[in-house]
Amino acid sequence: MENKYAHIPQEKFAFAQKDAVLHDKKFDTKARSYFADALIRFKKNKSSVVAAYIILFLILFAIIAPIVTPYSIKDKDNVYTNFPPYNPDIAALDIGILDGSVTYSSVNETKIAALKAIGIETGMDPYIKTVGTTEVKSIYRGQERITTTYKVKVNRYFEQGVRTLVVSAEEFAKMQAWQNETGIQLLYPVVDINKVYPGVDAAELRLIAKNANIWYQCADTKNTPAYDANGNFIPAYVTGVTYAEPEYQYNSLRIAGDDGSYNYCTVKSGSVEVRICYYNYYQYLKGMEPNYLFGTDEYGRDLFGAIGIGARFSLVFAILVSAINLTIGAIYGSIQGYYGGMVDMILDRISDILSGVPFTVVAVLFQLHLAKKVGIVPSFLFAFVLTGWIGMAALTRKQFYRFKSQEYVLAAKTLGANDRRLMFKHIFPNSLGTIITSCVLVIPGVINSETSLTYLGIINLSTFAGTSIGELMSLGQTAMTGSPHAMLFPSLFVSLLLISFNLFGNGLRDAFNPSTRGVED
Amino acid sequence: MVKYALQRTALMLFTLFIITLMCFVLIRMLPLAPLPIGDPHTAVIEARREALGYNKPYLVQFGIFLRDVFTKWDWGICDSAKYYGKDVAQLFTSKLPASMIVNLYSIIFSIPIGIALGIFAALKKNTWIDHTISTLVMVCISVPSFVYAFLIQYILCFKLNLFPLVMKGGTDWFSWPMFVSMMPAVLSLAFGTIAGFTRTTRAELTEVLTSEFMLLARTKGLTKRQATVRHAMKNCMVVVLPSIFGSFIGILSGSLIIEKIFSIPGVGELYLYSINALDYPLFILLTVFYTAIGLAAGIVVDVSYGFIDPRIRMGSKK
Repeated sequence: MENKYAHIPQEKFAFAQKDAVLHDKKFDTKARSYFADALIRFKKNKSSVVAAYIILFLILFAIIAPIVTPYSIKDKDNVYTNFPPYNPDIAALDIGILDGSVTYSSVNETKIAALKAIGIETGMDPYIKTVGTTEVKSIYRGQERITTTYKVKVNRYFEQGVRTLVVSAEEFAKMQAWQNETGIQLLYPVVDINKVYPGVDAAELRLIAKNANIWYQCADTKNTPAYDANGNFIPAYVTGVTYAEPEYQYNSLRIAGDDGSYNYCTVKSGSVEVRICYYNYYQYLKGMEPNYLFGTDEYGRDLFGAIGIGARFSLVFAILVSAINLTIGAIYGSIQGYYGGMVDMILDRISDILSGVPFTVVAVLFQLHLAKKVGIVPSFLFAFVLTGWIGMAALTRKQFYRFKSQEYVLAAKTLGANDRRLMFKHIFPNSLGTIITSCVLVIPGVINSETSLTYLGIINLSTFAGTSIGELMSLGQTAMTGSPHAMLFPSLFVSLLLISFNLFGNGLRDAFNPSTRGVED
Repeated sequence: MVKYALQRTALMLFTLFIITLMCFVLIRMLPLAPLPIGDPHTAVIEARREALGYNKPYLVQFGIFLRDVFTKWDWGICDSAKYYGKDVAQLFTSKLPASMIVNLYSIIFSIPIGIALGIFAALKKNTWIDHTISTLVMVCISVPSFVYAFLIQYILCFKLNLFPLVMKGGTDWFSWPMFVSMMPAVLSLAFGTIAGFTRTTRAELTEVLTSEFMLLARTKGLTKRQATVRHAMKNCMVVVLPSIFGSFIGILSGSLIIEKIFSIPGVGELYLYSINALDYPLFILLTVFYTAIGLAAGIVVDVSYGFIDPRIRMGSKK
């Protein structure tokens, strides 16, 4: 075999390349950077991409909602508190959403009649529909009686109907002017209580609870309406009282059926008592109809804007905290991981002790010591930073242990790079992906703690930020039985935010973690 | 192993000591509540403050505090309105059962469910069952516990009327009505625990199932079931069991939020009270307590690894 190639003639040989210059072949494919690679892997994870869009949407909501809403966080209302979502234009479409409706169970006929009466007087019918009826049989004095109760859907904004208000004469004139200008009936004729309950003596009248919405004649003191021959309510307005003073004269819109004799105010020691339709009075005060997309909270604030304001604070705060923690943790962890040995042990003991302190204790102590000196928010921030960086430091330390014994570090060291350059120029950038990812996962944790503490009332941010999600939830929980929306919307917002941040963070972590590389291909 | 456990305990006591010292000094630095003029107890209170060393340096005060705690188990006396004059340690002990029982029920209830779900998800890896369970776990871990508490309180307690809105009063801890009234709180706490255990079990079991000794077990003739139960589960438990022990330590501490929402007369509620009423002696005791619980749970988890898995040897130098 060896002999076979022993005598190959020289001319058979040729130069593979004689004058050619050899180059490495240029890659046909484009080089992918580390981050581009991570991005491609991230995009493959559908749920994380969706989560990223949801986060974007929630952030936009937090920015835009307080701007779009016509209310500021300081706008409160004494009547419309814990009221359901309502928008006048959408309510007019009658499609069952944003109609300010609540469902009352076990409503009797008198109550339904009262609701309809409000509708007849103000022209805004609170009664939407009857959802169901229940018949309860009971034995009363040996006789079987059937009591029918109804489940009724009611517009809570219209249900307020008319209220009694004592105003000054100037205010009265202003109201009339407003009425003339807008053509909206604000003032309603005052009611004569003797006509409402005919034949009831004065002593008994005093015992009846006053209800500004009863403008019709009643058959008994339980407010059962008395109807006329055609089945209509019988008005019980005051008629024919005249005041000599010009400021008490009424020269404005009159309700239908008024022959000019109804009185629109009662003069009481220099002021006038009027009956105003609250829905229109609201317009008179604020210049618009109530428009609460998420309803109102305990103080009558617009939840739509309030959630946005709370969310702004939470998001900015969480990002700030995680940025600070990232910085401190990275430096601390780098030193720990790079030097190792005794330095590592001492620093580890320090972070061990700090991480042992329960977070609530830290928050409370900082609040007590610092809040007066530097303000609530900075002291709250310090509390988060005091123990928050520990996780980040541990992570950086681990990464440093992983990279510091690699050859390229040794090479750099041989070339004369000093410690700082090695740490922050050579080792740290390699661990950056992992660290930034865990930074994203810190955000939901911070939001969760912040919401918990404001919910518990340990930290009160209302003077600084206006409100906070935790505070809104706490208010919502007290009103939970009557108006679940006040609790639902803040909880929904926070849950959605936290779920998507966690999903997003997990997706990022998987994308940056090279150990999963190639697994899904 | 025992040496390691002792080392860790000693280190924990040291950490606890440092934290107690820090918190103690920080709390004593706060201004004292001024006594109302003409208060009949003024003399008594001032004498007591004198005895506690309020006019002495902080370290001396701390010494007095430690002496009282170690010699007489005297943690001080409440100085806020609601529990005025009560012994702090006694008050604290009286609040422990409620928290413990609620947490115990929740753990007993959620650990089997969590582990079962985790095993199920791991065995059906990458099927829709696994995806559903994993998604639910993700949701349950992310959503804060008070949101469940709201939902449970609104739907189960208020709308469906299955349970009372808040926990029943009284101290008949093991009666049926008490059990029913505890249920909402137990459920609210359980969600997070279930999710946690499902996640751990699933992650661990999927890793074990793909390891090579499982293949060996199958090749030597075990059925999949036998291999899973005898080999995979055993290895998976190395991680799961320590966290079970850890959560049993954790039953002592009450959750601030859940106890507030369901009015559970437990430690968490007391803690919240001490914060809001600025009752310093109570606050110090509870701080020490919560710190100790947190540290102890960590140690139990770490040490139990060594006891469960003979392959892990901690503390010994190679």
